[in-house]
Formats: sequence, C-alpha cells, structure tokens
Amino acid sequence: MIPATFDYLAPTSVEEALAALAAHGDEAKVLAGGQSLLPVLRMRLNAPELIVDIGGIDSLKSIVDEGDSVLIGAMVPYYQLLADTTVRSGLRLLHQAITEVADPQIRHRGTLGGALVHADPAGDCGAPILALDAQLVISGQGGERTVAAADFFEDLFQTAVGEDELLTAIRVPKLGDGWGSHYEKFVRVAHQWPIVSVAAAVKTDGGTISEARIGLVNMGSTPLRASATEQALVGVQATEDGVRAACDLAAEGTNPPSDLNGDSDYRRHLATVLTRRAVLTAAGG
Amino acid sequence: MTTTQDAPADAGTPREIGRERRRKEDQRLITGRTRWTDNITLPGMLHLAMVRSPFAHARITAIDVEAAKASPNVVTVITGRDVAEEQGSLPNAWPITPDQVAPAHPPVAVDRVAFAGEIVAVVVARTPAEARDAAELVDVDYEELPAALDLRESAQDKVLAHPDLGTNKSALWKFDSGEAGTGGNVDEAIARAREGGIVIERDFRQQRLIPAFMEPRSVVVDPTGEQVTMWASTQIPHVLRFLLAAVLGIPESKIRVIAPDVGGGFGGKLQTTPEEFITMVLARRLGKPLKYTETRSESLMAAHHGRDQWQHITLSAEKDGTVTGLKVELLADLGSHVSLIGGGVPVLGAFMFNSIYKFPAYHFAVQTVLTNKTWTDAYRGAGRPEATFAIERIMDELATELGVDPLEVREKNWIKNTEFPFTTVAGLEYDSGNYEKATQMAKESFGYDELRAEQKRRRESGDTVQLGIGVSTFTEMCGLAPSRVLGSLDYGAGGWEHASVRMLPTGKVELLTGASAHGQGHETAFSQIVADRLGIPYEDIEVLHGDTAIAHKGMDTYGSRSLVVGGEAIVKAVDKVIEKARPIAAHMLEANVDDLEYKAGRFGVRGTDQGVQMTEVALATFAAHDLPDGVEASLDSDATYDPVNFNYPHGTHLCAVEVDTETGRVKMRKYTCVDDIGNIVNPLIVAGQVHGGLVQGIAQALWEEAVYDDSGTLVSASFVDYLVPTAADTISFDVDHNTTPSLTNTLGTKGVGEAGTIASTPAVVNSVLDAIRQFGVEDIMMPCTPERVWKAIHAKDAGGADPTTGGAAPHFDESTGHEGQTDRTDGAGQ
Ligand SMILES: Cc1cc2nc3c(=O)[nH]c(=O)nc-3n(C[C@H](O)[C@H](O)[C@H](O)COP(=O)(O)OP(=O)(O)OC[C@H]3O[C@@H](n4cnc5c(N)ncnc54)[C@H](O)[C@@H]3O)c2cc1C
Repeated sequence: MIPATFDYLAPTSVEEALAALAAHGDEAKVLAGGQSLLPVLRMRLNAPELIVDIGGIDSLKSIVDEGDSVLIGAMVPYYQLLADTTVRSGLRLLHQAITEVADPQIRHRGTLGGALVHADPAGDCGAPILALDAQLVISGQGGERTVAAADFFEDLFQTAVGEDELLTAIRVPKLGDGWGSHYEKFVRVAHQWPIVSVAAAVKTDGGTISEARIGLVNMGSTPLRASATEQALVGVQATEDGVRAACDLAAEGTNPPSDLNGDSDYRRHLATVLTRRAVLTAAGG
Repeated sequence: MTTTQDAPADAGTPREIGRERRRKEDQRLITGRTRWTDNITLPGMLHLAMVRSPFAHARITAIDVEAAKASPNVVTVITGRDVAEEQGSLPNAWPITPDQVAPAHPPVAVDRVAFAGEIVAVVVARTPAEARDAAELVDVDYEELPAALDLRESAQDKVLAHPDLGTNKSALWKFDSGEAGTGGNVDEAIARAREGGIVIERDFRQQRLIPAFMEPRSVVVDPTGEQVTMWASTQIPHVLRFLLAAVLGIPESKIRVIAPDVGGGFGGKLQTTPEEFITMVLARRLGKPLKYTETRSESLMAAHHGRDQWQHITLSAEKDGTVTGLKVELLADLGSHVSLIGGGVPVLGAFMFNSIYKFPAYHFAVQTVLTNKTWTDAYRGAGRPEATFAIERIMDELATELGVDPLEVREKNWIKNTEFPFTTVAGLEYDSGNYEKATQMAKESFGYDELRAEQKRRRESGDTVQLGIGVSTFTEMCGLAPSRVLGSLDYGAGGWEHASVRMLPTGKVELLTGASAHGQGHETAFSQIVADRLGIPYEDIEVLHGDTAIAHKGMDTYGSRSLVVGGEAIVKAVDKVIEKARPIAAHMLEANVDDLEYKAGRFGVRGTDQGVQMTEVALATFAAHDLPDGVEASLDSDATYDPVNFNYPHGTHLCAVEVDTETGRVKMRKYTCVDDIGNIVNPLIVAGQVHGGLVQGIAQALWEEAVYDDSGTLVSASFVDYLVPTAADTISFDVDHNTTPSLTNTLGTKGVGEAGTIASTPAVVNSVLDAIRQFGVEDIMMPCTPERVWKAIHAKDAGGADPTTGGAAPHFDESTGHEGQTDRTDGAGQ
C-alpha cells in the first residue's frame, strides 16, 4: 500500500521539531521508528500533511545510568535497549518485556518512546513502565514537564503528550534489593501483541511478600495496575497457595476488551492465572 | 524392450535420483534477483488501482469518477458499465452438475456487488501512487442489500446472495456406493447398526481459510506486438491463456502468458482472476502496457479463500468396531461466485472419506451454497483435507465409544498390505501401500507407549498440564488426473502433462515442462530425473517452464501432480530422445542398432569398448553432414502423458500436545510422521514439502481462520489477525518414510505436495481432544484457540462449539498519539 502524499521534515533538534509541530498543529505527525505510524499511513487510516521525523535528533538517542534510575531517550530503538548492560541488569522487567515485542525486524526500528506515545493498550511496554513507576519527560515550546506513568496513559491511543509536544525521555527507577520481577505474556503465536500480559515486581523478605507492583496489559483502554492484588499480596507467603487468593483479584476494576483472541471474561480469567505465575516467578527469582 | 528401461547411470556416477541436491533456483529466489511479476517494468507502462466494495451485498446506484479522472496523471477511470460488453464472465471449469446454478461473474461489478472486496471501478494512472490516490476519490453510492453470510442459513435460502437466481443452492452432487455398484446401501447399514451396533453422528466445521501465499498476485499485460503478452503471478499459465481466449474471444494464438518466478500459491493462484481479465481488457483498449499488483489487504480480502464446510458425518459399526457404513453430507460455501474449480473442490474429497478403510457401504452428498463472502476455491489439499479430517475425527469417536486405542480401531478397518491393489468403496483402485509398517515405524519413533504412560500419570495426578495424543492415518488421491475420469466428472479439461527435451548441439539439454512451479523446486528435481535417465550431468540441464511460448503445452501445477504426472512425461520424452539418437549413433559407430546399449550418456557396442557419447551424437545431428537416410536432423522429443490412475500417498501421523488447563493454551510436544510417498527424487525437497505441509495443516487446527462480522466484513483482514504461523510457533518434526513404490508410473513416485497438510489437521485436533475428553469435552471447533479450549474444559461443550466472534483489536489506529486528519473514502482504503 502507498500512503497519501505528505511533506517530510527531519529536524536535528528538539526545538526545531517542536516549532514544526506548533506551526502545523494536528496536520503534523511525529515519526519515530515508524512501526505503528507507517502501517497507519499505508493503510490510509490517516493522512497527515507533514511528517516530522525525529530520528535525526541525537539528544533523544542516549541511555544514561543515573544510579537509582535509567534515563532512556525517546528515540532509542528496542534492540539497543536489549543490548544495553545497564538496562539489562537494572531494568530487568522492562528488558524482559521488550524481548517479547513483535519480531527482530520491528525491534530493530521500533522505539520505546514511540510505543508509549502510541499507547496501544495491547503494547508490551506500558505495563512494566507503570509497574516500575517510571517518569515521562515531555517537552513543548513552553518548556519541559515530567509526568508519572500513572498519569501518562489517558485512554485508548491517548497519552498526556499533547499535539504540539514531544516525549523526549523516560526515566525508569531501578528495583532495589529484595526485589524480583517477571513479565508473563500470553499469545497464540509468537509474534503477536499480548492477549493479556502481566508485569510483576515483587519484594520478598524471608519468603514473605512485603511489596508488589503489578502492571496489566490489554485489560482495559490503558495499561492498568492490579491494585487489589498488590494490596492483598502484602504479607502473604510467596507460594502457589499463598498468593492464589490475592491473584484471583487481578481483574478487579478492569474492563478488558473482547476481540478475535478472546472475550472479556476469558481475559479476566487469564489475568488471574498469569498474575499468579508472574508473581511466583518474580518472587522466586 | 529397450535398454532405456533400466538406463540410469552406471556404478561409477552417483545416481541423481535420491540425492539431497540443494535447489538450483534458490539463490535467485531467496535474493530476489529474479523476475517476479511486479519487478517487470515496460516502457510507457501504466498502473492500475482497484476500487472495491466495502459492502458484502449492495446495489450500485451511482459511481462518480470525475474527481478521480481529474486527479494528477490519471489516464482513465472505468466502471463495470464501461466494460460490460467486453469484459466477459469469469469461467467455471467444473460445473459439477448439469443443473448447477451459477451467477454471472463479471470481473468488474456492473450494478450489484456480491462480496466485500469486489471490484467496482478501476483507475489507470502513470504511477501506482497516483492510481491509488485517485482510487480514493471515486465516489460510489451503494444501496445496501441483506447479505447471505451464514452457510447453514444460506442453504435454507433465508437471505439470497443473488436475488435473481431465486436460490443460494448451486449444486447437489452425490455418490452412492449402492448405486455405483462399488458397495452396499448405507442407509441399510445404519439402520442395522441402530438396532444392534454402534452409530456415531457428528457435525464438523471446516473453517474458512486464506491461502496466504507469500507473493501477492500481480499481472502485467503488454499489448504492443503481434501477441499480447501477459505476465501473471499464477499457478496456471496454460489454463489462463486458454480461458482468456475462450472468454474474451481473442484468438489463442494471439496470447502469450508467462508465469515468471511465482512466490507461492497453495491453490490460491489456481485461478483466473478478475484482475487478470480486467488488465487484459484495458491494456488492449488503451494499447499500453499495464500493471496491477495487489496489496496484502486486497489479497486477503479478494483472492479466493479455501475450505468452509459443514460436515454431517454418520458412521455405523458393529459392536467390535468393524465399520459397516459411512454417510457424508456436506454443505460447502462457494462464496459469492462459482469460481474456476468452485464446487469441484468438495467433489475432489468425495472419493476420500473412506480413506484407507474397507468400508462396505458409502454415501457422499455435497450441497454447494452461494453466500455473500469472498469466493472459495482450491486450497492446499482441496477437498482431501476436509475428507481426511472428518474420517480421522470420527474414527477417534468410534475408538472412544469402544474404549479402545485409536490405532486399534483403525487397524481393524484398514486395507491390509497383502490386499493391494485394492478397489475401494468409492471405486478407486489403490495400487500400493503398507499401513501396518508406516504405523509401526511411527509408533516407535514417537515413543507411543511412553507418551501414553506419561499421559496416564498426568491424568492421575491431576496435573494442570494434560497430555494429548492424536492420530491420523491418512491417504489421499493426487496426481491430477486421468483425463477420462475428469471427463466423467464433467471437468472442463484433461489431466495430462507435457514435456519436451531439446538436445542442444553442445550436448546441453533444455527440458521444457508444462508443469508450472511456484516454489516447489521443479528445476532441481526435474534436472535430477533427466540427468539419470539421459546420463547427462545435472548441471547441464536447464529446466524451462511457465511461458506458453516456450513450454507451449501444459496443464500446470496443483494437486501434487507435477512429479507423478509431469515427471512421467519427462521420462517418456527422454526415452524418445534416446530412441531418436540410437540409429544416428549406430551409423556413427558403423554398428547394428540392435547391438547398442545406452548407459550413462553413452551408446556402447555390446561386448566391445567402442562407443559414442550422447554429446557427440547431438553435435553430429546438429551438423547433419552424415545422417543415415531418412533420419531427421533432430533429437528433440516431446511426450504428453495422461496418467492411468490417481496416485495414493499415505502415512501415519502422531501428534502429542500439552494442554494448559488453566489457560487453554495448546503447546506442541512432539510430531512424528511416516509417509509413503513412493520413491523419493530429492529428500531435501521432500522434507521441505512435508515440513511446510505439516505447518499449514497444523495452522488450520490451531491458528488460522477467516472471520467475518455480521455485516459481511472480513475481520481477520491482515496478518495481525489472520494468524499464519512462523518457525517460532512450531517444533521440529520427526519425518520419516516407508516406501512402497507406486506401480502406475515409471519412477515409482507418489505426490508429496499436499500430504502434510492433508494429514496433520486431524492429528492435532484429535490430540487436543484426547487431552481434554476427560473433562467431558466431545468436540472442539477449529482453530482450537486457547479461549475455545479453556471454555470447553470449564463449560463442557459450550466453548468448544462456539464460532469465533468479536472484532479485530485496532493496533493501528488513525488517532494514535497526535490527532491527525483522517482522510478516508469508504472502501477505497485497501
Ligand atoms: C507487525 C507488528 C507487530 C507488533 N507487535 C508488537 C508487540 O507484540 N508488542 C508491542 O508492544 N508492540 C508491537 N508492535 C508495535 C511496535 O512495538 C510499535 O510500533 C513501536 O513500538 C512504536 O514505536 P515506533 O518507534 O515504531 O513509533 P512510530 O510508529 O514512529 O510512532 C508511533 C506513534 O507515536 C508517535 N510518536 C512517536 N514517538 C514520539 C515522541 N517521541 N513524541 C511524541 N510522539 C511520538 C507517532 O506520531 C505515532 O503516532 C508491533 C508492530 C508491528 C508493525
């Protein structure tokens, strides 16, 4: 398929990109890795007048180890995150989720920033970002602001990033001592968006769970936290029987979609099973 | 009797047949440095874009093409009305009954559309992008009509797919062993069994599938020249040429069709398409070369689909498991039109439901039904996977009823290896096979008893992961087909194949075959055959195909026919070359013709060391300075071979799956198959065919399904939702062979192109059921999705019998991130 005609701009600085966005309003679209935007254009679901390709902005391409956290530039592609030793050791949950995104070709081009702004509720990365309480750095012509992951995802395909803004970086805190994590993805074929997946970070103390953070993928119009389960897990034994009742609450407060891969009831059920598995694996490792 | 009967190479040269030759064609295919149709660019070439109906059934009330015509570099925009006189009606080559009801099939709809995806207008522009842009500007007014979508309801004429026809019922085709004299009366057998035996009755669903070949269809037509040349991504260049001539009234001699390298077909390119016809019509009208290449979305929506049946199966047996009768009643969804083979696909399965078994009575009936969905036609296996599925599923039901091992009940009923040749209740004569041996080999390699033991342990311990073991002992009829049989079935053509051998002066060989490879590896396998038969090095043989001006005669490639029919034509053509060379060689050697023996590319005088190489004979024939009197100066030879029988590969397939009872997920654990495909020309190619075939059949069991919503829109309209598996989704298969050579062709080969696909689907579904029958589940629909399996376990039959519903999740939304402007004209955005 061939997209409709558009103008193309390749700014080399954030300022330049922001100026273009401000000038063109909703006629402009940001292009990162293009793995979601290009299909949209090619299927002619959208026909923006201007494409602002942020791939030439070097300041968006670095990974910085900040000690307690890692600052990831919005234009860092998945494959680079996978290869990065800081990400691999400090952000194991995110790292693990990224290994499961699509296929190598898409991971070569696609970016974490693009995925988060795209805000597909079935995207793999939203849940770990939410579970890890990441901070998202957003720039506009008026300056920079930081939004907590909990406030970032607003609705289906909608985030706190405004039409004339850019997501510039994602600050992801590292988990401290005593924490373990696991990303449990459920698919029918390997290269597929999750039907449901669960990102769990669990802190244990002598076999007892002292804190849990659980992000859910595809259980509503945005990534969600399984708050009821998180609370119920505190103080329980990290065993199959110990966590079962708490994990059975995983779908509480969710509103999962029905589609070809399963209806919402099935998704609710899956969430409980996958949460139990994710929590146990996280607690064990 | 000539020496050529056992001609192949002497002990010194390695035999080519049986060698694991890497495929000659792969370098160019894999690197893409070759001619795919879409790579062809001609001077002054224009491009087409199609405007397609977004509605399943609608009257076209108006089409405004003015804005599109005014779009930059648009040459013309035509509607169905503009070409109504000259576009003809797409052919159906197999009217399965004399009273078959079939709607006209114009390439471009004129006043009514009958499926979502049907072409309503065509834009011709200087570039593909400009054509696409203009297509968005074509404004079509539709008046929506009620659509016939559900197969069973459509069979009751609740809503008519084509109101003028007055019915959706296209044809009712029957075979009855009592009437045919090939067996008893089924109804009597069933009645008897209802008294004191066992009767099993089941409804099975064959879901709709999409062939999903790798290369989207493409066509280029060059009308500048004496012959109009069409390049097409097709499996059937020869058939296409004939039908273009027959339908459009162009003299056949004025048409040349070329299928250059073609990227897969799986039956999906065994078709004469609206796109090919309209490109031909417009190229001739405009006098300019034209190209049309479909998008993947168009391909999924508008290239023909496959399968889609409801199967009502009744099996009667004695209390000891001896089957006494099988009754098959099918509803087959034709979709919107009766396409090239159309209703013939289920008929190809009609002779196969009895499979490897000695059933005394058999009845088959298929009602083909028109609906407002994409038209259906051949898809890998065409009719035979459907048959194999039904019989192998119901044999498992019989085993369950009897409480015996599924292999035991099969063995009780199958044809013993001492009973070949065997004439079946469907009237076919199976020439060879050994079901006992294949099964025994498969069981050993699979570790059948160990896996059964593990299954027992898991059951007893109530493991959340349960093991299931599934069986499929299949056979199929392939090598299409004896022309007389096709004639008796009212098929519109013969089933022969043609080959020509050109001996070049330098001793190199060009082999022309009428088979038309689209990924199978003909160039390699056929070279191996010629190399052995003619004693010429493999490297010196060039296989030419897929061009009606070069390989002028052929019936093309489908139905696992290329080797078993086309290969035999090659053998016969090669033998003729040797016979033509013999008098010339004798003359050169000053020997008596009868004293010559041909071996390893050399004519030798028996009992002497005198001889002459074929290459020398070729050169001498070319020079023609000193040929014996009355001998023509050519060794080139042709042969057209019409098979005497179908060809019957068989095999035993065993599948083990792990079912996660908490999620319903099915994970493949082990897959073993032992196939009898006769003698093997190239084991590597065979392995490829078997592995790919297995995956395609497994995909029907677990992943693939074309789903429509209530308004007749294809929901699984991209590879995001139509789940074609990749290597990451499968396991390594244990593939082995037990060989009983076919007795009906010289090389003793049997077809392998479809075997894996035909066999594997029921093995997988049987294994899933075997894992979860303990929870009271009796059936499960395909594909066995995790949701369906989980629901079946937890709600007994409810989930297992539910059709797939729901929409596709929107991963590519128009309003992602920043809000942009949506600019979409309904239906044009494909
Ligand atoms: C076949 C296929 C399979 C896939 N499978 C999966 C999967 O299994 N799991 C999964 O999670 N994802 C999957 N994806 C989606 C993929 O992960 C996303 O496409 C990708 O992460 C988005 O990143 P990108 O860099 O390609 O973004 P782009 O496509 O370039 O942009 C996406 C959207 O975000 C906007 N945008 C991008 N960057 C910024 C920024 N810095 N500031 C403001 N706006 C911005 C764009 O304007 C656009 O609207 C799949 C994609 C494809 C094509």
